[in-house]
Amino acid sequence: MKKLSARRRHPLAAVVVLLLALAATGGLYAAFAPASKAQADDTAQSLAIDEGKKLYSVGCASCHGTGGQGTTDGPQLVGVGSAAVDFQVGTGRMPAQQPGAQVPKKKVIYSQAEIDQLAAYVASLGAGPVVPTKSQVSPEGADIAKGGDLFRTNCAQCHNFTGKGGALTNGKYAPDLDGVSEKHIYEAMLTGPQSMPSFPDSTMPEKQKRDIIAYVKTVNGSEAESPGGLSLGGLGPVSEGLFGWIFGLGGLIAVAIWVAAHTAKAKKS
Amino acid sequence: MSTATNTPGAAAPGNRKAPAGERVADWADGRLGIYSLAKSNMRKIFPDHWSFMLGEICLYSFIIIILTGVYLTLFFHPSMNEVVYHGPYEPMQGIRMSEAYASTLDISFDVRGGLLVRQIHHWAAVIFLAGMFVHMFRVFFTGAYRKPREINWLFGFLLFVLGMFTGFTGYSLPDDLLSGTGVRFTQGAILSMPVVGTYISMFLFGGEFPGGDIIARFYSIHILLLPGIMLGLVVGHLILVFYHKHTQFAGPGKTNNNVVGMPLLPVYMAKAGGFFFLVFGFIAIIAAIASINPIWALGPYRPDQVSTGAQPDWYMGFAEGFVRVMPGWEINLWGHTLVLGVLIPLVLFGVILGLLALWPFIESWITGDKREHHILDKPRNAPTRTALGVAWVTIYFVMLIGGGNDIWATHFSLSLNSISWFVRVAFFVGPVVAFVVTRRICLGLQRRDKEKVLHGRESGLIKRLPHGEFVEVHEPLSPEMLHTLTAHEQYKPLEIGPTVDENGVERKVSRITKVRARLSKGLYGESSQIPKPTAEEYKEITSGHGHH
Amino acid sequence: MSSQEIPEENLPEEQGAAHDAVDKAHADPFADPGLPAHKPRIQDLDERAAKRSERTVATMFLLSMLATVGFIASYVIFPVDKIVFIFPFGHVSALNFSLGLTLGLALFLIGAGAVHWARTLMSDVEVADERHPIEATPEVKAKVLADFADGARESALGRRKLIRNTMFGALALVPLSGVVLLRDLGPLPEKKLRKTLWAKGKQLVNMNTMEPLRPEDVVVGSLTFAMPEGLEEHDEDFQTQIAKAALMIIRIEPDDIKDKREREWAHEGIVAFSKICTHVGCPISLYEQQTHHVLCPCHQSTFDLSDGARVIFGPAGHSLPQLRIGVNSEGNLEALGDFEEPVGPAFWERG
Repeated sequence: MKKLSARRRHPLAAVVVLLLALAATGGLYAAFAPASKAQADDTAQSLAIDEGKKLYSVGCASCHGTGGQGTTDGPQLVGVGSAAVDFQVGTGRMPAQQPGAQVPKKKVIYSQAEIDQLAAYVASLGAGPVVPTKSQVSPEGADIAKGGDLFRTNCAQCHNFTGKGGALTNGKYAPDLDGVSEKHIYEAMLTGPQSMPSFPDSTMPEKQKRDIIAYVKTVNGSEAESPGGLSLGGLGPVSEGLFGWIFGLGGLIAVAIWVAAHTAKAKKS
Repeated sequence: MSTATNTPGAAAPGNRKAPAGERVADWADGRLGIYSLAKSNMRKIFPDHWSFMLGEICLYSFIIIILTGVYLTLFFHPSMNEVVYHGPYEPMQGIRMSEAYASTLDISFDVRGGLLVRQIHHWAAVIFLAGMFVHMFRVFFTGAYRKPREINWLFGFLLFVLGMFTGFTGYSLPDDLLSGTGVRFTQGAILSMPVVGTYISMFLFGGEFPGGDIIARFYSIHILLLPGIMLGLVVGHLILVFYHKHTQFAGPGKTNNNVVGMPLLPVYMAKAGGFFFLVFGFIAIIAAIASINPIWALGPYRPDQVSTGAQPDWYMGFAEGFVRVMPGWEINLWGHTLVLGVLIPLVLFGVILGLLALWPFIESWITGDKREHHILDKPRNAPTRTALGVAWVTIYFVMLIGGGNDIWATHFSLSLNSISWFVRVAFFVGPVVAFVVTRRICLGLQRRDKEKVLHGRESGLIKRLPHGEFVEVHEPLSPEMLHTLTAHEQYKPLEIGPTVDENGVERKVSRITKVRARLSKGLYGESSQIPKPTAEEYKEITSGHGHH
Repeated sequence: MSSQEIPEENLPEEQGAAHDAVDKAHADPFADPGLPAHKPRIQDLDERAAKRSERTVATMFLLSMLATVGFIASYVIFPVDKIVFIFPFGHVSALNFSLGLTLGLALFLIGAGAVHWARTLMSDVEVADERHPIEATPEVKAKVLADFADGARESALGRRKLIRNTMFGALALVPLSGVVLLRDLGPLPEKKLRKTLWAKGKQLVNMNTMEPLRPEDVVVGSLTFAMPEGLEEHDEDFQTQIAKAALMIIRIEPDDIKDKREREWAHEGIVAFSKICTHVGCPISLYEQQTHHVLCPCHQSTFDLSDGARVIFGPAGHSLPQLRIGVNSEGNLEALGDFEEPVGPAFWERG
């Protein structure tokens, strides 16, 4: 597997993996890989695709079409790749509940195994970005500062300085990145879900994505340091202004009322 | 004490050696005349009311800002020279930034207590501006700006405006991504000025945006020019407060010719001096527990980077709101561009603030009242003024909502565009509704006061009359209350009189007089105030009670 | 506005009433009953209560001293980079938290002590102080006016008009020197705002990788930022140049491009727009790939990148400028010239 993951760092990984995926159903794959392992992978893969197809026809086909060709209710899924499925279903966005400006993050209803099967099936429909491996998304050893610089160039305009999210047009929004897993951040950058543009490896290499993830994991979330005290949502001057008015000035006025009030008079006894 | 004052220190006969403190005072008096100064001021009377302390909150936060600001200048480098960061804050390691930003990181992470002082400085600034706003409206709603205090109103207004710009230049100094975006906005706004815009921009920035000068220039403006002017205004403001003596609310024993309260020494000195420590301590505690402007999270300024939620500090949010909700009008004619989309907000910003500054003069022109006023109005007793003030505040807060439309959108699951449209409509509708509603409330309260004066206070006791009817017992008010509730003045609207004089000759009435008469009617006409009860009415009703 | 215009009846009736308030005192139920009698506080009557207040005040001052000791101790004890978790404030700097709290308490307790002292132990008898009119008495006014007339006459300023006029002239001119000195604050605008670093043949450099962009790198739905080749982050004028040259690269299916010129200036659907908002110059880049709308985070101007980047919402007055691009012999994206119109905010001379 190590060999495979090393290959996946290549810019053309997506194409290669697609070829591999295609090969799983064709005889071609056998010629490149050790026969016994290929056999096992082959069977496992096609089994996953079969299972995925069943799940798909129950949970997804009504909107995305029986063969992923898309309908008026949902976009075509041919070529979106397993990464897109893993992100959308893995963050609970899919299956969508009701129409709106944007499909929100919800409780995940499929198990990771089922998500993998769905992803395998959708990936079999056409070439697309592949679910990253653990090492591809690991922030370990990544350059946090470089990630911060990249984040401010590519991401902060929508997600805010430290990934607290922000507004887009007509009720759409860039979500808060708090609690989003490394894998899902990676997949979002790779596939560009909903309004978000994609940042493919051709313009933002895998290493840079890891830098960004490392930065987000440092500055966002409940473990992030806020040396100055309450971070007030990390939203900048609006929340600071509200705090200053309500607690700052409000508190001082309360003090002023005490200072100016008449002292209690003695009761006539 | 009186013997010492009468005996010149130098020629003092040796019959008694004055205590050391007195000798120092004698020395100073011989050179500064402090005894004469103290004679009129040491036991000066200050009335006690919490709302009279709002100005003190401002004064003390201003002093705190100066104290902490001086400390910050010891460590801050107002330079845009680029350096590569190698300090303790890991997410900035190896990042290229200006010295200004790097030194602010150092203040936050290297200098012990530096972060605290920065946060006290910034929180105090936020509270200073908020305090001035509330103080200004306390003065407005109680009519404390009337003669002889109009100039002091202007001083205060200037302090508020200068405070906004001092705050803005200060918040820009760290050269972080958020404040740099604000500076960029300023530059874009300057460019929109017809004819001179590009020149002012080039001169202010020493060339094209951002150049390498703006931080150093803002620095001298922020720490020297503006605070210098403000300090002068603050001193002038305080001298006038002393000179005019404080206003007071109507009440028993309080007249337009006196001031009732506690003497400066000792009570007021202890309270006001103590309040300084209370304010400073309170702000220090806020700075301990709440982060403000965490510039390390924002990153150094780059003109090609930006973050969502790009807002100025709250006091600039009013201008930000105008700029955000303005339609993008632009006129191109004869090779020139008139950028109305930016220019109109800038003009409105100035005009709406300016109206507030001019109000005392407008009001005194309408009333023609040249007397001194030292008794404050209850807001309800000046319904139109109160309503106008609330309408102004409504515009202000509507625009604050506009200035934060993206934050409201995400936190209340609303559409950004709908909020912008709401603000556009509310800018016109909001003040009108606020005006009407406030005036009605004021008139309602006036009616209630009148009711109370004439029929007494509802006691909550129910009495059954012999024929079975239940009535609530009304207790007559104390003479103190009766006086307080009827002490306010009621202007009569200006009458132009007949347009033809007794000889049938047409009397010339200037258009200005007509406008004045109309405004006067709006302010003091029948629909604008409830005539306060007269002594006759009161007597008639109270004597009537006996026959009941 | 002269005072003669004001009819008497315009002034409140109160004025007249106030004068003879004394004789009407019996008749007028609303007359001022005068300052209420002073009522003592418990501390004024009970020495034990007063003692309690004294102890409270002294305790506050003592605690303030302790807080100052705590402040110094915190300063010495806590390393500047120590982060601790304190509920509900989060992972905060131990030093900032302890210094702030101790300093705050030390100050607050001094204030609280002083105020408690004033409220409970100092006299609370309200006193009335007379006010005097601000205006001078007529005699003073007459004296001042006479003095001024004397001075003015003695200066002969009114009579010797030549001196007066030349003096005003000199005083009016002399500040000009100060204005002239400001000239070197900055250069003249000239055509600076019209030109950027882009020129024919300059390759588009990806701002993430710092490598030239190739058409195949840019896929539909992606967002990339580019700057002109030759510009380096450590250049002296990097900030000034990138403030105008920053570019936003997206790819749209050519059929989806509604604007004819946009399609022509694109390369196989790859379009390059200025990243600088035409409103007041924020780097606009909130690109929604499904609609091809791009939103500015500063003032919410929205542009349709599939339709010549025209403004569809917000305060911007005109479209984002587009850079005409092509591909050079090495297969990299290159500019085919500078922007045809000034980038960024509009200005008077823009036209």
